[in-house]
Amino acid sequence: MTAAPILALRGVHKSFGPVEVLSGIDVTLLSGEVLALIGENGAGKSTTMKILAGYQPATAGRIMLDGKEVRFDSLHDGEAAGIVLIHQEFNLAEQLTVEQNIFLGRELRRGLLLDKWRMRDLTQQYLGRLKCRIDPDTPVSRLSNSDKQMVEIAKALSRDARVLIMDEPTAVLTGSEVEVLFEQVRALRAAGTAILFTSHKLGEVAAIADRVTIMRDGAVVRSDMVAAMTEDDMATAMVGRDVSALYPPKPGVAHDARIALQVQGLTVPGHAQDINFTLHQGEILGIAGLIGSGRTEAMEGLCGLRPATISALQIEGQPLAIRNTADALNNGLCYMTEDRKLRGLLLDKGMRVNLTLQALARFGRILIDRRAEDAALAQAVKDFDIRAGSADVLVGNLSGGNQQKLLLAKIMQSEPRILIVDEPTRGIDIGTKQQIYTFLRALAASGKAIIVVSSEMQEIIGLSDRVLVMRQGRIAGTLDGDAITEDAIVRCAMGVGADPDERAA
Amino acid sequence: MSVLGPILALVILIVIGAALNGNFLSAGNINNVLSRSAFIGIIAVGMTFVITAGGLDLSVGSMAAFIAGMMILVMNAALPTLGVGIPIILLGMLVALIAGIAAGMLNGFLITTLGIEAFIVTLGTMGIYRSLVTWLANGGTLSLDFDLRTFYRPVYFDGILGVSWPIIVFAVVVILGEILMSRARFGRHCAATGSNEHVAHYSSVNVGRTRMLTYIMLGLLVGVATIMYVPRLGSASASTGVLWELEAIAAVIIGGTVLKGGFGRVWGTVIGVLILSLIDNILNLTDLVSPYLNGAIQGVIIVLAVILQREAKAKG
Repeated sequence: MTAAPILALRGVHKSFGPVEVLSGIDVTLLSGEVLALIGENGAGKSTTMKILAGYQPATAGRIMLDGKEVRFDSLHDGEAAGIVLIHQEFNLAEQLTVEQNIFLGRELRRGLLLDKWRMRDLTQQYLGRLKCRIDPDTPVSRLSNSDKQMVEIAKALSRDARVLIMDEPTAVLTGSEVEVLFEQVRALRAAGTAILFTSHKLGEVAAIADRVTIMRDGAVVRSDMVAAMTEDDMATAMVGRDVSALYPPKPGVAHDARIALQVQGLTVPGHAQDINFTLHQGEILGIAGLIGSGRTEAMEGLCGLRPATISALQIEGQPLAIRNTADALNNGLCYMTEDRKLRGLLLDKGMRVNLTLQALARFGRILIDRRAEDAALAQAVKDFDIRAGSADVLVGNLSGGNQQKLLLAKIMQSEPRILIVDEPTRGIDIGTKQQIYTFLRALAASGKAIIVVSSEMQEIIGLSDRVLVMRQGRIAGTLDGDAITEDAIVRCAMGVGADPDERAA
Repeated sequence: MSVLGPILALVILIVIGAALNGNFLSAGNINNVLSRSAFIGIIAVGMTFVITAGGLDLSVGSMAAFIAGMMILVMNAALPTLGVGIPIILLGMLVALIAGIAAGMLNGFLITTLGIEAFIVTLGTMGIYRSLVTWLANGGTLSLDFDLRTFYRPVYFDGILGVSWPIIVFAVVVILGEILMSRARFGRHCAATGSNEHVAHYSSVNVGRTRMLTYIMLGLLVGVATIMYVPRLGSASASTGVLWELEAIAAVIIGGTVLKGGFGRVWGTVIGVLILSLIDNILNLTDLVSPYLNGAIQGVIIVLAVILQREAKAKG
């Protein structure tokens, strides 16, 4: 492929105050090519994308469009040049319909009135190209995440994008949705569009990208054809050290391990029915299943976060009832949410306030002991290797990996004996993942009981001593030891091999 | 800037006032300004908590009028049995506090338990209390018995060492409020609830109870303010406490509390209250600008305060 560079960064620097986040990077996008931009959280990927699309100006360096130096004063300049950035957090007006969103700000008119027929027609065409069967009149608020992603891409299509930049487009998609997305990416590539995307899933990078640019600490460390690298090479270049031992070894659960948690007949109306399981001290229990299989809802119900009924619940042999989160916490049971931004952390507050929020009672009965809080924060920053510029940075400004580590530190402040973590490594880099896995295993080794809910098959397999697979709100199977394989989990999760009557239902 | 802004504005106002009128800094004038600020101030402290927790209460002005009406009715009715004396005053105060708590609980119940928008609920109760007091007064004025009024007057006009009671009560409320907001768990829970109620819920903060308590506390403080207010005029009518809710909200916002919740500071609210009353006072003492323009100037200050805060936030 001898394509011409459409868009390129040359020696671009970017500083926020005294902090330099990009130090002279070169990135080149060729037409008809898919470029993967990978790197750990905080490596500077997001900033690079924002500069490419004109969302942020560079502090120094040049932006080249079709070989000529350009200056983007705003994202409108970028869009006018045919560059579209799709955010990880969608940029859609929730109350408007699909069609209204696609034509937002560029409505077609006939005279003074909107030309609704043509807009709907075109919307249907764009969605058709994406093999997406949603009605243009549906309000966006009623769409699933994957459909929203499709609407964003349809919006980019409607703008005749020459350069399409996507920030972790697959993070919220299921496997089959990812396939549809990739088909569309290939079609766009064939039509000559330059595509840049970021992902933490190296398998996807290998599957779809032609070239990969790897960043670390604000610099490009390697840029090469995908065919010339293995996934291991990529990971090593990203982290700067060998990460082949991603998962810590499993020592196995002792035969005489005490039962930490025994759940019988857990039902969360509309989401989960009749869930039974036991959890031992020192054990990591994985809960797998498709998105929507009721995993999260069941665990939230167990911890008093949503209405649920339980026929019998025992913690360390003591029968008890949990009516709200305070009951759960008082009995050493703690749930870490899958959504760190909307449910886990106060993004407009500092780290100290976030760290101690759940365990505030430990920092003073009525008045809060500010010094004890500061000491706890210093300790947490050290223990969990949280990298923040200063102690009073707003949590919303931390990278995803550091937010996740802070969330884990926050949960640990209440000293749970039974810890439930939901998607503990979603959207974070491989180096941080390794740190979190090591931490969880060490916690189990100290006698705590842990439940890991995850959509990432490798994570479930690499971490769990035992696995429950959920399907349609019920436990479809339990896997142990060597029986924990990707194949076995998928079979259970999809209902393959189950008795046909049940599958039909 | 967001810390210094309101303080700076207050200092500038004091300098202007002192330059324009020699009496401005006299003990008499200061006492007068502070006493008049105390009613709105006490209510605004409670409003700071409500707004910080992501709520709003438009009913406080009507609530004050209704509580004043209740107090007067109960005290007049008890006069034949209790006679003029301290017990009847205590009875009146008790009525005010209980009525305030009950009114706050009603707002809180509708907002947290039934999940109705705070704006709608308090718009409704605002109309209800205003209408009730008009009805109780039969469209006119409810007046405290003359002897009782004479006996009760010192609660507004007297004090300790020349500092009148409303100022002392205001100061106590402010100090307790500031500690509660910035040092106590309750303040932290309010800020967390207003900042993101989902995060607060997942962090084991009882969001409903926190919100409920802010409304109850505000109701209680409206009761306290009314206890101070009734001896001043000795009457209540449909025009008692009109627009107090907006003055209280304005003071809270000028002081730097974020209207959509998540961050609040009680000391800022005090500065906000003082800024509003000083503008009024300066216009009355000087004939530079017509006092009729008081509302316009206050309006400009409110908008200006929010713009300055936004700029400071954008820079920070």
